[in-house]
Amino acid sequence: MTQSVVVQVGQCGNQIGCRFWDLALREHAAVNKKGIYDEALSSFFRNVDTRNGGDGADIHKGKIFSLKARALLIDMEEGVVNEILQGPLRDVFDSKQLITDVSGSGNNWAVGHQLYGCRYREHIVEKLRRMAEHCDCLQCFFVIHSMGGGTGSGLGTFVLNVLEDEFPEVYRFVTSVYPSGEDDVITSPYNSVLAMKELNEHADCVLPIENESLFSIVSKIHQMTNSGKLGSTVKQNSLLTSSSGSIKTEQEKPFDAMNNIVANLLLNLTRLDQMFSDAFSKDHQLIQADPKHSLYLACALLVRGNVQVSDLRRNIERLKPSLHFVSWNQEGWKTGLCSVPPVGHSHSLLALANNTCVKPTFTELKDRFMKLYKKKKWAAEMLASTRDHWTSQSPARKWKTRLELYLNKTKEREDNSEVSSQQEKQIMRKQPVVELTLLPLNNTVYLKNLQQSIKLG
Amino acid sequence: MSIVTVQLGQCGNQIGYEVFNAICSDFHSTHGICSKKENESYQEACKERFFSEEKTGVPVARAVLVDMEPKVISQTLSMAARSGHWKYDHQSHFCQKQGSGNNWANGYSVHGPTYRDVIMNLVQKEAEKCDRLSGFFTVMSMAGGTGSGMGAYVTQCLRDAFPTSFILNQVIWPYGTGEVIVQNYNSVLTLSHLYQSSDALLVHENDAIHKICAQLMNIKKISFRDVNQVIAHQLGSVFQPTYSSEGASQYSRSPLGDLMESLVPHPELKMLGLRNIPQMSENSLAYSTFTWPGLIKHLRQMLIAHAKMEEGIDWQVRPPLPGHPVPPKASPNQALHFNTSVANLVVLRGKDVQSVDLGGFRDPALYTSWLNPQEAFHIWKTPRAFNKYEKSASLVSNSQFLLQLMDNVVGKAWNMFASKAYVHQYTKFGIEEEDFLDCFTTLEQVISSYASL
Repeated sequence: MTQSVVVQVGQCGNQIGCRFWDLALREHAAVNKKGIYDEALSSFFRNVDTRNGGDGADIHKGKIFSLKARALLIDMEEGVVNEILQGPLRDVFDSKQLITDVSGSGNNWAVGHQLYGCRYREHIVEKLRRMAEHCDCLQCFFVIHSMGGGTGSGLGTFVLNVLEDEFPEVYRFVTSVYPSGEDDVITSPYNSVLAMKELNEHADCVLPIENESLFSIVSKIHQMTNSGKLGSTVKQNSLLTSSSGSIKTEQEKPFDAMNNIVANLLLNLTRLDQMFSDAFSKDHQLIQADPKHSLYLACALLVRGNVQVSDLRRNIERLKPSLHFVSWNQEGWKTGLCSVPPVGHSHSLLALANNTCVKPTFTELKDRFMKLYKKKKWAAEMLASTRDHWTSQSPARKWKTRLELYLNKTKEREDNSEVSSQQEKQIMRKQPVVELTLLPLNNTVYLKNLQQSIKLG
Repeated sequence: MSIVTVQLGQCGNQIGYEVFNAICSDFHSTHGICSKKENESYQEACKERFFSEEKTGVPVARAVLVDMEPKVISQTLSMAARSGHWKYDHQSHFCQKQGSGNNWANGYSVHGPTYRDVIMNLVQKEAEKCDRLSGFFTVMSMAGGTGSGMGAYVTQCLRDAFPTSFILNQVIWPYGTGEVIVQNYNSVLTLSHLYQSSDALLVHENDAIHKICAQLMNIKKISFRDVNQVIAHQLGSVFQPTYSSEGASQYSRSPLGDLMESLVPHPELKMLGLRNIPQMSENSLAYSTFTWPGLIKHLRQMLIAHAKMEEGIDWQVRPPLPGHPVPPKASPNQALHFNTSVANLVVLRGKDVQSVDLGGFRDPALYTSWLNPQEAFHIWKTPRAFNKYEKSASLVSNSQFLLQLMDNVVGKAWNMFASKAYVHQYTKFGIEEEDFLDCFTTLEQVISSYASL
């Protein structure tokens, strides 16, 4: 089995990461009754012999001595990390897996990226190398961060840069929490857009999550039961890796740059088929988007629990007519089955989709950015840290233009209008990524639906 | 003579296990009404063909298991060992950790060459265990990365290392509604490469088998295990020992050779389809009886009407009358009402096989004009019943069965290729656009050869 390393950056990243490790341990505990360190555990945990104190050697087989998470915790303030280290998960983290500072990034992307990035680069590289050496076969890095703050967005994207330089062959999956419209951090639009540029260039796959969606999902959970966890969505990562031997990123990325994925979390108390239907409805997305009315480029369905191939096929056939797939990939489905259900439930469904419905999200972000930038509010502070990152406003517009062009193109093919395609060709010529079919190919598209339907059984 | 099975990728290994299981359970099943002597010689032949002896007395399957992930192989090995009736040789497997990520190029250009020597060593060892090697039977899917990509590479290596042995590739056609996003690319690449090195390709479609499970076997919640068991039953019904010619006194020594000789008269026409009748759940079996004329009539109609199972056959389809020219088919996209065959093989097992009348299959109207029915139609028989079916008949056909399928897959793959979608994932590993174009050309040629029958 292959291994993955989780890098959690900033307050949000670390808080989510903490819940992730908690769930991962509970999942393994539910299945691994004999306490044997097996391949599934090794994907996220090391088995370390701490009896003789210090950095014990890794034990690859046999009984579990002490499980250490394959994680790197980074934060420029100590509060959150300290809390984790004093909490119930303290033994899961190695003291050498932390990078902290005291003063924080002041919600300034530039401070996180430029200042702390430069200062801590060597440290980060060294710790990542050490984690990689402990892995037999490292397959991917999971980066968890938020986009609105300073450390998560700035230093988080810096780490992404480092990962690409040092480990070009290892996949980089990023879970990004996007700020909501009423976010209390004033500079969040700047931070987000600057971070998006980095994600565009250095991430293989992005799962955007919006706090608004999480709030509505949590309130749904509260309605149905009395428990709910805010960070529970990110745990989908564990589903992805434990159920598939190799991460099939190719499935979702038709073009080199299209790697944004919209995530959906779905809770369902009813039957199996209902779970599938809900997975595609807009109420259960991890960002505010409606995938049914947009174009799907590809969709992956990963089921856990007692679900058979016939259930999967039946539901795909049932739902297919109501979903719009891109013309050259009408059967763009990837299916996977894992017989181990998630802890506390009898089955669940994870749907990841590469869908154009993220366009409104990014358009809104861009609008918020422009509002601030027009008045040059706060720009001076950020400019003081860096000059040339201001060109990053254009990527947001580029993607939007490209998405529009793509969607227009689809419409045009129906209209058969020559003129607009000429215009597009002109526009396209300016973009360095023109391809044969005039589709936006080299841009990171943040479109993935991560949908989990959990039947409370 | 023995057959060495090479199980490639997750699908290949799971099916391979079910095949050996089916063969073993047939081996142990009651022999119907054939004589004890007959039964013993059947069992002898079956054992020599598929298993080797070991000191412990448990037959060891003549198989090499290859996969780029460890899960499936370790599951397969342990399930076989637990059965008690047979097992795999625990040295005869090869696996890695990372998998191929459903990427044909990864399997073919990266994993293939890297692990070529190790895998060929394992195959060589198995081949040496055989007194006489009849040939190789590979099991793989077309949609994934290892089975398809690495499978194509391994087939090439087999051809290079064993130029005079027969190679039969069993390929699984994925669900039409999509199970792997790049399945069309993977299928096109696999088919075109296999065509160069393999002697024949035997195809099973997931969709068809799924329907058999749902409608004939009455299984409510169909799992992959059910699908694989049906496939294994069909394969077993062809490859278990038979007498391949009239008046033969011993079981055929060279099943693969006989198969190739009968069914593949032209190197351009290698696609074989398989139909088996009857197929039903065990519970229903106890209450059903069959007559040979009924079975043969259904089988013949399944052949000419492109039916995949014995329910829902279109009885309106008739062979063209002599003297009337066959209506020209403008393109393979037109629904092919009548299935023209190149060659057919019918395998009969069970009670009263000597009395079966197969005249319907000798009708020249069924066949293409450049081969007459004497040469195009073959029968293999044995009075020994197969796996609880008192009478069973299988049809292996080199005909236009797969024409529509191939055309669809090539069409979809071309559509995607024209948009250059996912191509960068393949070029990353060394499969360039020219390679894709070559593959499309090869397959278009095969399609047009079949269409013009």
